[in-house]
Amino acid sequence: MPPKGRIEVNEDLCKGCELCVMNCPQEVIALNMERMTKRGYHPAELAKPGCTGCGICATMCPEAAITVYREVIQKPA
Amino acid sequence: MAKEMMKGNEAVAEAAIRAGVQAYFGYPITPQTELLEWMSRRMPEEGRAFVQAESELAAINMVYGAACTGRRVMSSSSSPGVSLMLEGISYMAGTEVPAVIVDVMRGGPGLGNIQPSQSDYNQIVHGGGHGDYHPIVLAPCSVQESIDLTVLAFDLAEKYRSIVIILSDGSIGQMMEPAELPPMMPLKTSFPEWAVDGAAGRERRFLSSIYMDAPAEEVANMRLLNRWAKIRENEIRYKEYYLDDAEYAIVGFGSAGRVALSAVRQAREMGIKVGLLRPISLNPFPVDAIEALGKRVKGILVVEMNTGQMLDDVLLATRGKVPVEFYGRTGGVIPFPDEVVSAVQRLAAGPIVTTGHPRDRWMKFMSFLN
Amino acid sequence: MTVPELDSEQVAVYQRPDALSDTNTHYCPGCTHGVAHRLIAEVVDEMGLRERMIGVASVGCSVFAYNYFDFDFVQSPHGRAPAMATGIKRVLPDRIVLTYQGDGDLASIGMAEVVHAAARGENITCIFINNTNYGMTGGQMAPTTLPGQKTTSSPNGRDVEVNGYPIRTAELLSKLDGASYVVRRSLHDPKNIRLAKKAIRTAFEVQKRGLGFSMVELLSICPTNWGMTPRQAIQWLEEKMIPFYALGDYKVNPSVADIKI
Repeated sequence: MPPKGRIEVNEDLCKGCELCVMNCPQEVIALNMERMTKRGYHPAELAKPGCTGCGICATMCPEAAITVYREVIQKPA
Repeated sequence: MAKEMMKGNEAVAEAAIRAGVQAYFGYPITPQTELLEWMSRRMPEEGRAFVQAESELAAINMVYGAACTGRRVMSSSSSPGVSLMLEGISYMAGTEVPAVIVDVMRGGPGLGNIQPSQSDYNQIVHGGGHGDYHPIVLAPCSVQESIDLTVLAFDLAEKYRSIVIILSDGSIGQMMEPAELPPMMPLKTSFPEWAVDGAAGRERRFLSSIYMDAPAEEVANMRLLNRWAKIRENEIRYKEYYLDDAEYAIVGFGSAGRVALSAVRQAREMGIKVGLLRPISLNPFPVDAIEALGKRVKGILVVEMNTGQMLDDVLLATRGKVPVEFYGRTGGVIPFPDEVVSAVQRLAAGPIVTTGHPRDRWMKFMSFLN
Repeated sequence: MTVPELDSEQVAVYQRPDALSDTNTHYCPGCTHGVAHRLIAEVVDEMGLRERMIGVASVGCSVFAYNYFDFDFVQSPHGRAPAMATGIKRVLPDRIVLTYQGDGDLASIGMAEVVHAAARGENITCIFINNTNYGMTGGQMAPTTLPGQKTTSSPNGRDVEVNGYPIRTAELLSKLDGASYVVRRSLHDPKNIRLAKKAIRTAFEVQKRGLGFSMVELLSICPTNWGMTPRQAIQWLEEKMIPFYALGDYKVNPSVADIKI
């Protein structure tokens, strides 16, 4: 089972370019069309469960707006 | 240290080394090349930076980069090369970083020739590069003065975060004279608080000439102007010769001033009471001294190796209160003292002319060249 | 957030690099200048170079690059960044000096400066952003504009009979003996971005070891001036630019090949 992860998008920095959206292997990132950032962009966000914390979105992000978290898998003793 | 025979260009180079220049970037051009050659040998000997750049454009921007680190840096060139350097000079002025540039002037415009000239006066003194800025401009008339002004140039550049240009010419650069060099000064060990040299243990710094916000650029330009006002207050330099009882005065700088001094001595022997005011700082220009001079003599003769570029500044300074005449040679021709003596004689003989422009009267006199 | 928080223990596996300042960039959405900035900052962090870095920004869209990095920067006249970097490096040889230049800046007005910096083996690193046009002035034809590509100053497409051919800068500089490390990478997908970062890391290692001139050319998108969405622009880069500007290592000196990252 893949590890669980999540992302946080800094909405001060996100410009809604969708490079993260189009590259997410799990297809769990989407722009939030209901909201706008203070600079007038629809921000990207984790829209569905299934994030593995792979970091590809952060690799693509031109604004370095994404922080990626991944669960710590405890190795059996 | 005893006097020794030195070539002007080499003396400037060695003086800069002794003044602690840490980097030199240049490009060969006659009649300045000995300066670069001297640096190519001496800078590595001292463990300092020397690069023969691919162009004057590159050389001045290497100077710009090194200047941003707060280290002493210089370049040298001659008229056409200095034209290319004006981009970098304007940027450095806008960034407020100090640098010393030597312009060993030659005949122009265009490729011109390699004979001595003073025809970069307007280009250098009145800006040249784009934007609102004022470089400090110092004009030596001998090898010794070239040395002294080079050392001074570094101090002034740092004191005022300014460009200092030594406006020499092919004659002073190429001549050999006995002169004395200063002792070797230690290299700087502390650097200004604006220097970009790696943010070790401090906040980052950046240096730029960009002010996207026009009001911020206006503030920056006024800061430059206020600094310039201080320079005008403190850094005007000129030398007076035989002016105590003078009825007539010559104003001339650099080589032309030197020729004029010979002419003054000849004219004195002939009984004409003439003296010389030789501006050393062309920028700031000794306006008050020349205005005062205009009030105590019957006439002023401006002598230059161009078509009367400083003449306009003398006319501004004298405000029409005294008759002014002009004598110059251009295109790389050096006037003989005799020619200047004749011009003094014409001035002294009168009648005093107050109409028209001195340059027009000189043109008429020079019509034999047409 | 429609997604529930994770209840397990988590660690941040990717965070904004420290060497980037907190400033919002002026770049258009999707512009890969931001990616290049981020990669440089990540490498600076990883190598612990922040206190030794001096950047030279150029003229073009990256004119404000100095705002976006948390290390020392100067800003150069158009095209002259390698000359300024030379001046800095020669007086401070132990600093890591970086120029950040676009294609108009480096391959047009600044071609002489970069060629001679490379020829001298100047121990600096040039990060060269190739997006086939002049971005800052509104998308005019650059020396890198592809044959037939429409720009605001080649409205009918670049006619090589009139405008000449694009310049392949990495290939050109690779012919110079002083160049130690000259490569072309692309910023269009995660794999290539990782390779680009590795190249930037290698270039800095080259400089740190005093091995001479290094340049990393980065194929980039310019969605606004290309008149495309970022998604379309990525596709255009892949389909049009890469066939013309082949990715690869154009010059890797033997001593550079020993660097293991």
